Amino acid sequence: MRGMVKRLLAGMCLLALTACGQTAAEKKPAAGGPVSGPVGGAVGGTLKAVRDRGYVSCGASTGTVGFGAPDSRGYWRGLDVETCRAVAAAVLGDKDKVRFVPLTGQQRLTALQSGEIDILPRTTTWTLSRDANGVNFTLPNYYDYDGIMVRKDRGVTSSRELDGASVCVQTGSTTEVTFTNLVASVAPNLKAVIFDSTQATRQAFFSGRCDALITDASGLASVRATMASNPDDFIIFPADGKLSPLTPAVRHGDDQWFDIVKWSFQALLMAEELRITQANIDEMRKSQDPTIRRFLGVEPGNGVALGLDEEWTYRIVKQLGNYGEMFDRNVGAGSPLKLDRGLNRLFRDGGLMVPMAFN
Amino acid sequence: MTSLSTLLNDTRTRQIGLQALMLAAAIGGIGWLVLNTAGNLDERGITGGFGFLERAARFPIAESIIHYRPTDSFGWAFLVGLGNTLFLAVTAALTATLLGLGVALARRSTHPLTSGAATVYVEAMRNTPLVVQLLFWYALLTLGLPNIHMAFTPIDGVILADRGLYLPRPVIAGDKGPFVAALLLGLAATAAAWRYGRIQRLRTGIPNHYGWIAVFSTLLLVGLVWISSSLALSLDRPVIGRFNATGGMGLSPEFTAVFAGLLLYSAAFIGEIIRGGIDAVDKGQWEAGRALGLEEGKILRLIVIPQALRVIIPPMTSQYINITKNTTLALAVGYPDIALVAATTINQTGQAVEGILILMLVFLTLSVTASLFMNWYNRRIALVTR
Amino acid sequence: MTDMTQPTPVFVRTAPTPARAAPLAERRPLWRLLFGDMVSAAMTLVGLLGLAWMLPHLLSWAVINSVWTGGGDECRQAGACWAFLAEKYPQILFGIYPPAEQWRPIAVCALILGLGLWSLPPRNWTKATLGLWVGGVLGSLFLMGGGVLGLKSVPTSAWGGLPVTLLLTVWSLGLGFPLAVLLALGRRASLPVPRYLSIGIIELIRGLPLLSLLFIASILLPIMLPDGVSIDKLARALAAMVLVSAAYIAEVLRGGLQAIPKGQTEAAQALGLNWGQTTRLIVLPQAIAKVIPPLTSTIIVMVKNTSLVLVVGLFDLLSAGRAALADPDWPAPFAETYLLIALIYFTICFSISRYARWLEMRMSKGSRR
Repeated sequence: MRGMVKRLLAGMCLLALTACGQTAAEKKPAAGGPVSGPVGGAVGGTLKAVRDRGYVSCGASTGTVGFGAPDSRGYWRGLDVETCRAVAAAVLGDKDKVRFVPLTGQQRLTALQSGEIDILPRTTTWTLSRDANGVNFTLPNYYDYDGIMVRKDRGVTSSRELDGASVCVQTGSTTEVTFTNLVASVAPNLKAVIFDSTQATRQAFFSGRCDALITDASGLASVRATMASNPDDFIIFPADGKLSPLTPAVRHGDDQWFDIVKWSFQALLMAEELRITQANIDEMRKSQDPTIRRFLGVEPGNGVALGLDEEWTYRIVKQLGNYGEMFDRNVGAGSPLKLDRGLNRLFRDGGLMVPMAFN
Repeated sequence: MTSLSTLLNDTRTRQIGLQALMLAAAIGGIGWLVLNTAGNLDERGITGGFGFLERAARFPIAESIIHYRPTDSFGWAFLVGLGNTLFLAVTAALTATLLGLGVALARRSTHPLTSGAATVYVEAMRNTPLVVQLLFWYALLTLGLPNIHMAFTPIDGVILADRGLYLPRPVIAGDKGPFVAALLLGLAATAAAWRYGRIQRLRTGIPNHYGWIAVFSTLLLVGLVWISSSLALSLDRPVIGRFNATGGMGLSPEFTAVFAGLLLYSAAFIGEIIRGGIDAVDKGQWEAGRALGLEEGKILRLIVIPQALRVIIPPMTSQYINITKNTTLALAVGYPDIALVAATTINQTGQAVEGILILMLVFLTLSVTASLFMNWYNRRIALVTR
Repeated sequence: MTDMTQPTPVFVRTAPTPARAAPLAERRPLWRLLFGDMVSAAMTLVGLLGLAWMLPHLLSWAVINSVWTGGGDECRQAGACWAFLAEKYPQILFGIYPPAEQWRPIAVCALILGLGLWSLPPRNWTKATLGLWVGGVLGSLFLMGGGVLGLKSVPTSAWGGLPVTLLLTVWSLGLGFPLAVLLALGRRASLPVPRYLSIGIIELIRGLPLLSLLFIASILLPIMLPDGVSIDKLARALAAMVLVSAAYIAEVLRGGLQAIPKGQTEAAQALGLNWGQTTRLIVLPQAIAKVIPPLTSTIIVMVKNTSLVLVVGLFDLLSAGRAALADPDWPAPFAETYLLIALIYFTICFSISRYARWLEMRMSKGSRR
């Protein structure tokens, strides 16, 4: 008995020690002052680290075909994956100088905060609490909405009609909150069945455990295309009609890296705006149009401003094509997902993707 | 000069120095980690602290023992998860102990089929990981059972489908006050009578029936009160609706899978512990019991088990703690235990440090409580030596 | 409870028991065991009826209606879909490791299993075997990772299946053991600081579910390290497993240390050995030899524990099997897949437990001599 108490005390002491240290640490920010400008990350900290390392480290999901998943030969493909490859092409000159770290929902933000990955382009919705919690969201690379997938033969086409059904929900996604809102507004008798991993959630839906699956509509399309034995048996409809912009994020505290990631994505959009494609880029380089010349670095200026060489946009488009090509290849008409471009068209074509000026 | 060298060579000084070094290293190591954490959190602009526990959780919890709505706070959500964990652990531990006793007896049986089946069961359970078993049960329950619209309904009101098992729920209509009071009174009286009867029997050696008399009078009393306050018992039968069965009471596949998995897995270990305990009792005890003319069942219950308990309790303690720790695997099949709530909270708020600290604290407290309780019980039954 | 003070007897027999037949011989014939009395006969009958009911179902599922070749469509209305396992076994066993390089995980599995088999007979417990293990385990790491000697580099995120399970087990035990020795010695030390530190660490780890330790390793550890230092995900999960195995082995070793008579240390001191020499040459060898059987059951625990890395998104055998199940072309033959995985674990764990029993018997024979 005395041994037990001793053991207990020892254990508690150890724990208390950690806990006290914790609270002491929490009080620190006030003394340390605001984190303005270059503290730990320093200007170019990430860029230099990436160059020294020789590859960009990217967060990836544990497998969402169309956005990020290894193919049968282990090569990572998808819209999010290529967003990351664009950065590698810009910074290191080669779209394959990337490593992908598969992350679960809980791990993704801490992996970015801790520096395990340099970019998190993992179908992550831009929300205030996430943004305020140690990461910076760049610009949306895909405008999504929360969707619900059901079997067609259930005859349901809206959230309201779904009342009383069981819905498979994945933890740690914004769809949990959407689900709660649905219960509060239109479907008070919805039952949640909650899982920790995407895989478990999806398998539960297809096993018939749930009537519906709720997640990003793009994710649903991916699931339908890859996991349903007959994709036509399922329909997808918006859960509540609210938009959720999926946005690659970087760490707080390194503004240069923040800019590089932002503009690497912008380069994809601008290439489409200027009708530059993977195929015609070498001809376009000879163009006399000053906007194109400036964009492709024929007239210098853009590269040096970001701390890169002048060919960075050329490499991105040469290796990956423009945003439209990337979209088609991964999630659009040229892919099993067959997603409509919809809101992800350029502003010119009535969408929300706004190419910003490269000057 | 000499005094310094003697001081350096003195065992006591060396020991103190060594210990001081160790202590410094330990504190330094922990401090280093804590400072790193603080620095990293600070640099990334992450606000720490447990203030988030008061904010509304806004995520759903599929099923719970304690009432929960998404508008409740994160702190409450943790309590709800803890409630589920404890419920799962206690029910699994109790049933596994009973089944384990059965397994132990079956293993000791001279009947070759019985002992053979028990041996196969024990080896299969103990040599495969619990997660694999849980996933198997869960897949069996969701993929193996029929769709809710083709549910298996052996009798009206019992529905077995991939949505779980639904049973009728008894509903009592009317003023339940006197009935409940009579029931409680009767139970108390029965317990007292049983105890008194036992004491009398031990003192005089003559069997008596006080206990049974109390049971029957309680039944009579409760029945009379039932009739006099004109209560009506009805069954709320579950009905298959458009999507799910409604009404009645249900067992979800998630709970069933994790409960059945934990029960079967732990029962194999508990069975072996109990068997070991029974085997540890000297053969002479059995023979002495037989010589006294006791039946085998009575020898087991009155002579062997009480002695075996002394051997059984210590490993049983760690087995119960294991069951409690293993409940965290509920996460794999989606039963909302405290680990799932912690994982969700970390995800929603980004408060990883705090979420994991709470999880750790809860389990340390549970482990320590379990060992304290079992230690107390162990002392109670320990051999009194003169 | 304590009615010992009561003078009256507790059980009073009122009539003599009828005389009984002489006890049966030790070995009773089978039919007698099965049908000797009413209870046995009833149990036999129930058992046989149960078997008679189950066997046809099982046979028709596993053999008669099963599908051995073909694709997913053949499996939809049939019994067991063994064709699925025939098609998917590389994915279940090796995860998403590049198919062209699959000889490497196969070699790693063969290497580790071979080393394991080699180490079974106690006469092979030599320093050379230890060296072989160190070499083999480091070699398998290079073999999996590549990047040297013209092998294609494969990042740990692409490792999966059985090699991950085996490597995690072997590494967690190998790294955990020295740590466990320190913890066990610390716990037995007379000095308070090492004793309480060891007790604290051991009890803290043993009181926590492995799952929470894996959470700490995968989520918290990156934040706890200085800026810019990052450890591979697999290595972090391994760190948690090492701590767990260290804590459990330490408790087993403590039992061994306690069983060594004090005379051994006293004799060593009398010979003029210092504490380090006494521990290294006298105490530890005896303690370890004593606890080899319980140590093998710790190995079983660790083998089973590796399946938990599933929750932190690593591809061990179990997660690889689950990933294979997600293929829409097949009707999710979960029972077959989980049975295969369970069978692999069972083979490993059951053989270890049999081996442990054999060792125990051998050793008890030795000590009796």
